[in-house]
Amino acid sequence: MNRSLVAAIVLGAGAAAGIAPAHAAEYPSEPLNYVICFNPGGESDITARIQEQALKRHYKQGVVVSYKIGGGGSVGWSDLVHSTKPDGYTLAGHNLPHIVLQPLQRGNAGYQTSDLENVYIFESTPNILLVRNDSPYKTLKDFIAAAKGKPSGLTLGGSGSASANELGTIMLNKAAGIRTTYVPFTGSGSAAPALMGGHVSGLMSYSTMAIEHKGKFRALAIMTDERMKVLPDVPTFKELGYDLVEGAYRGVAAPPGTPDDVVKKAAAIFEDVMNDPEVVKKMDENGFKIEKMGPEQSTAFVNSRIPLYKDLVKDLGQAKAK
Amino acid sequence: MLSNLLTGLQHLATLQNLLLVIAGTTVGMVAGALPGLTATMAVALLVPFTYAMTATNGLVLLGAIYMGCIYGGAFSAILINTPGTPSSIGTTFDGYPMARAGRGEQAIVAATIGSAIGGVFGVIALIFLAPLLAEVALRFGPAEYFWVGVFGLTIISSLAQGSMLKGLAGAAIGVLISTIGIAPVGGDVRFTYGSVAMQGGVDLIVILIGLFCIPEVLTIASRAHVRAESLEYKRDKGVFWNTTKEVLAQRANLLRSSIIGTIIGILPGAGGSIANLVSYNEARRASKTPEKFGTGHLEGVVATETANNAVVGGGMIPLVTLGVPGAPPDAIIYGVLMLQGLHPGPEMFKERADVTYTFMLGLGLSALVMVPIGIYGGRLLTRFVATLPKRYLVPGIAILTIIGSYAIRNNITDVILMLGFGVVGYWLKYLGFEASPIVLGLILGPIMETGLVQALLIGQQYSSPWTALFVSPLSWILIALSFLSFVWPYFGPLRRKFQKPALAPRQP
Repeated sequence: MNRSLVAAIVLGAGAAAGIAPAHAAEYPSEPLNYVICFNPGGESDITARIQEQALKRHYKQGVVVSYKIGGGGSVGWSDLVHSTKPDGYTLAGHNLPHIVLQPLQRGNAGYQTSDLENVYIFESTPNILLVRNDSPYKTLKDFIAAAKGKPSGLTLGGSGSASANELGTIMLNKAAGIRTTYVPFTGSGSAAPALMGGHVSGLMSYSTMAIEHKGKFRALAIMTDERMKVLPDVPTFKELGYDLVEGAYRGVAAPPGTPDDVVKKAAAIFEDVMNDPEVVKKMDENGFKIEKMGPEQSTAFVNSRIPLYKDLVKDLGQAKAK
Repeated sequence: MLSNLLTGLQHLATLQNLLLVIAGTTVGMVAGALPGLTATMAVALLVPFTYAMTATNGLVLLGAIYMGCIYGGAFSAILINTPGTPSSIGTTFDGYPMARAGRGEQAIVAATIGSAIGGVFGVIALIFLAPLLAEVALRFGPAEYFWVGVFGLTIISSLAQGSMLKGLAGAAIGVLISTIGIAPVGGDVRFTYGSVAMQGGVDLIVILIGLFCIPEVLTIASRAHVRAESLEYKRDKGVFWNTTKEVLAQRANLLRSSIIGTIIGILPGAGGSIANLVSYNEARRASKTPEKFGTGHLEGVVATETANNAVVGGGMIPLVTLGVPGAPPDAIIYGVLMLQGLHPGPEMFKERADVTYTFMLGLGLSALVMVPIGIYGGRLLTRFVATLPKRYLVPGIAILTIIGSYAIRNNITDVILMLGFGVVGYWLKYLGFEASPIVLGLILGPIMETGLVQALLIGQQYSSPWTALFVSPLSWILIALSFLSFVWPYFGPLRRKFQKPALAPRQP
């Protein structure tokens, strides 16, 4: 009896000890629910769709892309933080600067930036200044000169409020000493027809839009360190004397409390997916810039951006008060 | 172009593509009939199935789903007074009274024929006029969208059956509800009272199910003495041919509704939800018997269902020519184009003409395929709903409302809101407030707000930013249209007043 008790305890302990590591060791053994917090058809959705096939090779039980839309992403992220099982089988696409700016601006966005467990940041879309092909502004210099000539400034359309596009506009205004008015649209897609129809003077948009509307828009400058391979003729702001590097960064996050080894495994899967030749090809074709930041790196990156965004939020407030 | 069309026809005529059209249309119809599953969601859900397909096959399938979905919304609108998708809101006005009078099958036949004609019309416009019409879409900037919203609101003067004041109050309630959540421009947090779920605002579908369906379920349930049937069903042998003839005789209505649907489809940001209501309003204004609208009048069903399927082809026009989605489901189809390496613009009509024309013809074919599937399925469904005992029908619909409102955003708050609005809707109905002005306010509120704020931002260049609302000739045309539309209903009685004394002396 004593022996069987011991055996039971040993077995029980073994089983108990076995469960947790086995869980991580077996990851992934369930389907992945990949939550997109923005409208289908937008940059986050397109990225997920490009990754989906490659992800399925790792998540053999399947990958489901689902949508939890609202509040510029906050509804989905708040749900991830508060009511999602932290087992690594539900990951939500996340987006910088949104995840930093929302908690800063709204008081209660439903989540804190630090609540989101960064798994991987896999792409960015740098800000790019676009005008129409028939526009008199051939270069950034022309554009800035025109903006200086017009005391009330020119108008720049872009995607969303308190977004990378709006920050980019504010940064450009500051750096060049001009006053362009930022006009937010609901998504980069809905800003494009406003420029085509001549309702705004230009767009502060993403690199992807420069590719999509190659035949209609002229790109004056891009906010990257170096020129993008797919846009070899577009100079960087840096080259032209303005030290501006900004854009939207996208990745996936897990709920807080997700075991570290699960996060690491999920990150390894995304790393592998971003090395897939087919994924790389499609990301390039569509104007996405591939980033490869694992859990620690992406968390460090998010933290490094916070002071910068805090500074800009002050300018956002001033812009609004005007 | 002719050779391209022939190539497209050749590609479409493969067994694989024909099966995809039939399957897609059927799946779309089922999804559309379920309240809560919109065309946007149905298309998005099926995108993964297209990965393994060629570009042509994938686009043909998604197009058919979209077309079928917009049509399928009519079933639930007619049979249970709940628009299956926002594109069928107006179909409830006359479709449901018809069903209650035992003419449900007739309403479904009318919806089917109208949908097929509207669908084909939109596709014809897409194939032949795309580059020309796409330019029209670009004329509409923020200021013009604001006026489009104002014009849309003037429909209330004819939607409000009883009191104009109650109609306006309803619209104001709708606009107010639309301001809940994060502001579309500026990103301010409004009226959430600390609830994070409310940052996403109140979804249109929540209100649709709450205001249209729940009061009806409560009404059916409260008529305790009616033993079995909630709807009457009369067997009518010649219903298909007779109704088809009746629909085809309404040439002006069909043409007008098709044009309205196509044009509203072309405008980015506006879609079937607006098209069907505008078309209903115009059909009523042009009708010789406007007083019959809302009582189970065939013309009303034809107008809404023709217009909403014309939106499908219309919405593709700016998409394939400019890369600008005309209606929300087009945004998903745009994503698929990008993944397949297709670039909207001249390239799609030259280098990739085989894919493009097959896709466009597939859309047209799916509009035609809807007729046999819809008539057969519609007959079964009508009989089923009509003969189902009330003790199964009421809980059945109630469960559908809950599943539907949860499915929109996978959010339990939506279910609670839907039920809350259902109870409110029941009382509002009791007090003589119609659901449709509230819904109209909710649809148009964000369009007006976004247009207004953007126009004011653009107007910084003028001494008064408000000038921006009045600079373009198009704005003035829209202002004039709004004014005319608003005062029109008052002209009818006025005219009759003037005509009466004129007639009197003639009679000896």
